[in-house]
Amino acid sequence: MSPPHLRVNPITCTGHGICAELFPERIRLDDWGYPVIDEAPVHGDLIDHAQRAVEACPTMALLLEARARAGVED
Amino acid sequence: MAPPTGLRRLLGGMGNDGNWLSLSEHIERFGDSPASAMGAEELARLLDDSGLRGRGGAGFPAAVKVRAVGSRRGRLVVVANGAEGEPASSKDRLLLTAAPHLVLDGVGLVAEALDVGEAIVCVKRVDAAAHEAVAQALVERAEAGTERCEIELVAVASGYVAGEESALVNELNGGPPGRPTFVPPRPFQSGVGGRPTLIQNVETFAHIGLIGRFGSEWYREQGTPEDPGTHLVTLSGAVQSPGVYEMEGGGSLEDLIGAAGGVAGEVQAYLIGGYGGTWFDAALAPRLGLGHADMRAVGGALGPGIVVVLPAGACGIAETARVLRFMAEESSGQCGPCVHGLAAVAYELEELAAGVAGPGAVDRLERWCADIDRRGACSHPDGAVRMVRSCLTAFSADLAQHESGHACRVPHGAREVLPLPGDLAWAG
Repeated sequence: MSPPHLRVNPITCTGHGICAELFPERIRLDDWGYPVIDEAPVHGDLIDHAQRAVEACPTMALLLEARARAGVED
Repeated sequence: MAPPTGLRRLLGGMGNDGNWLSLSEHIERFGDSPASAMGAEELARLLDDSGLRGRGGAGFPAAVKVRAVGSRRGRLVVVANGAEGEPASSKDRLLLTAAPHLVLDGVGLVAEALDVGEAIVCVKRVDAAAHEAVAQALVERAEAGTERCEIELVAVASGYVAGEESALVNELNGGPPGRPTFVPPRPFQSGVGGRPTLIQNVETFAHIGLIGRFGSEWYREQGTPEDPGTHLVTLSGAVQSPGVYEMEGGGSLEDLIGAAGGVAGEVQAYLIGGYGGTWFDAALAPRLGLGHADMRAVGGALGPGIVVVLPAGACGIAETARVLRFMAEESSGQCGPCVHGLAAVAYELEELAAGVAGPGAVDRLERWCADIDRRGACSHPDGAVRMVRSCLTAFSADLAQHESGHACRVPHGAREVLPLPGDLAWAG
């Protein structure tokens, strides 16, 4: 199975920011507190961190998806 | 029936003085409605052969959309999008007002080929004349009894993002206007009433109607192999005769300006693609091609066919600041990076234009643009960012002046060039 990708639903996201605390390797916050996601595939040990961040999001805006969204290279 | 020759294909379907042709006049000019015997795959192949791309801005191949929807189960929906949100565009309004039968021909052809359960034409509520024209045209077609699929006219809201595909579907589903949704699912998967929905710009349907009559080879008689057919382009600003022109695919900016009688006075820059588009310094104009590949090579796109010509006396920074304030206000307000990002960019540009921006303003703008890009649910922030980045390049001299604390060289109260809704100067 190919590695999954992180994506945020920007409509549901309220800029809570806990995702960036839990997964700083791939998520940082912009000047307004919203997550900037590195959409490269998530490999190996990082998957656990990604899962934790996904579960912690209070609005369930963070998604770990099987396929990259259009325009993102694997 | 002899097919139209030359460039006046869509414009040739209009009556004099912006009046529209009656159904009988329309049939006299173009022949009977296009053949209805074809199925979805045949239509897709016809559109494949023609190379028709959507005219709403994204330029997506029409055949791909037809196949994506046509291959699905259940009651399908087709929507003609006349919600033209770009203030500097008036081609869709013109087409609906002056040639509604061209649009309805295409909608009817697609609706029958896909055997849809529902066909809708969306016209802005404020476009009263367009509404009237389409309504009357539908009455004529009903009386003639030739239409096999009922087409519904729906009045929709205005607004920059109101015509975004998912936002339009949202509104048609009873939701608030101008609110794009998170995709997937895209309309072709789940759209109006949750059904697979084919949405195309009204101009795209007009071309489809003519291709249905005259074929793909005819379509390719104009334009280039990569950019076949014709495009409607709204040209405004410092030209002798602003208005909607029909140009060949892959044509040059120079030819377009020439068709409008040339520039009016000294020109500084061109905004191509609308407010989600790209500024180009006038020095580049002689080499600028408006075709897909030509535009992409220089980081631009024709978009929904919009060109605004900026005279030498205007300030590109100030104009961009005005537009960015508009773009920030037109955000649907759903996504943090768009709401906050565009507001921050607009404010910084306003400060720059007034010569009172803090140090590092341009660096901040560039950083924000990089952060905002592609982080909304729709491409509204991406377009705004594109315009800002191109502004920083195209107006580098004025930018340096503003950065070092000089206010605009344009006299205060001078007439602004880029149209915005609500401007006294904007005819709407």
